[in-house]
Amino acid sequence: MSREFVFWVFALVCVGSAVLMITRRSPVAAALWLVNTLFNLAGIFVLLEAHFIAAAQVLVYAGAIMVLFLFVIMLLNLGRMTTSDIKPITSRLLAGAAGVLLLAELFVLRRVTVPAALLAPEGSMEATLAAEGAVNAVAKPMFVSYLVPFEITSVMLLAAVVGAVVLAKRRL
Amino acid sequence: MLLSESLGLSALLFTLGVVGVLVRRNAIVIFMCIELMLNAVNLTLVALSRQLGFDGQVFVFFVMTVAAAEAAVGLAIIIALYRHRDTVDLEHINLLRG
Repeated sequence: MSREFVFWVFALVCVGSAVLMITRRSPVAAALWLVNTLFNLAGIFVLLEAHFIAAAQVLVYAGAIMVLFLFVIMLLNLGRMTTSDIKPITSRLLAGAAGVLLLAELFVLRRVTVPAALLAPEGSMEATLAAEGAVNAVAKPMFVSYLVPFEITSVMLLAAVVGAVVLAKRRL
Repeated sequence: MLLSESLGLSALLFTLGVVGVLVRRNAIVIFMCIELMLNAVNLTLVALSRQLGFDGQVFVFFVMTVAAAEAAVGLAIIIALYRHRDTVDLEHINLLRG
């Protein structure tokens, strides 16, 4: 099977699951369709030769973050909604119009070509991947060029952990 | 090499996320739509990283970290909201609407 065919299969499932996610009434169903979308996106990342990102996508997004979502839905007992939370038809039409407008704008942007000065040398990505492997190729820029942002990220995660505990705790 | 197809898919997923935010009223579902938009941007970064070098994949890693932190804090806010108002329907959370 050609790469293009596999890509289109993943893309189709991705978009279909996303549509189902925003139209299902039950939050649990929406969360599970989102998991499906994220999983297929991981497949597309593999096709784009971002193997490490694909693994992190499955572990962090489809695994950890969505488990957190499902946990909160079940903690608050929101699994079975009696009334639909989708807005009435006028709001839906307005949202659809806004969506079509945004999509048109994004597709115009897609035609912009990347300036030649920014392009990596032809074949350099494949050479790096073959020489260093999928993890090393990402780890090297992360721990050399982006070391300071990486360390700041750890502070941000600490702040998020403390913030989440403070917000969700009944009384301190 | 799948670049324009990936950018098209990313645009479509981002739009679906925006439409989801606009049509839903459940705070948790809106939050999931925001995650979908973040993922659409990640797809753009990965697709372009094939031409521009591995820095794009490092950015994706940072976006994932921020998304994880955002999910933790956002869900904590939703729990706090539910505790005060007994609902996560954003129509009923209108204290600042005036």
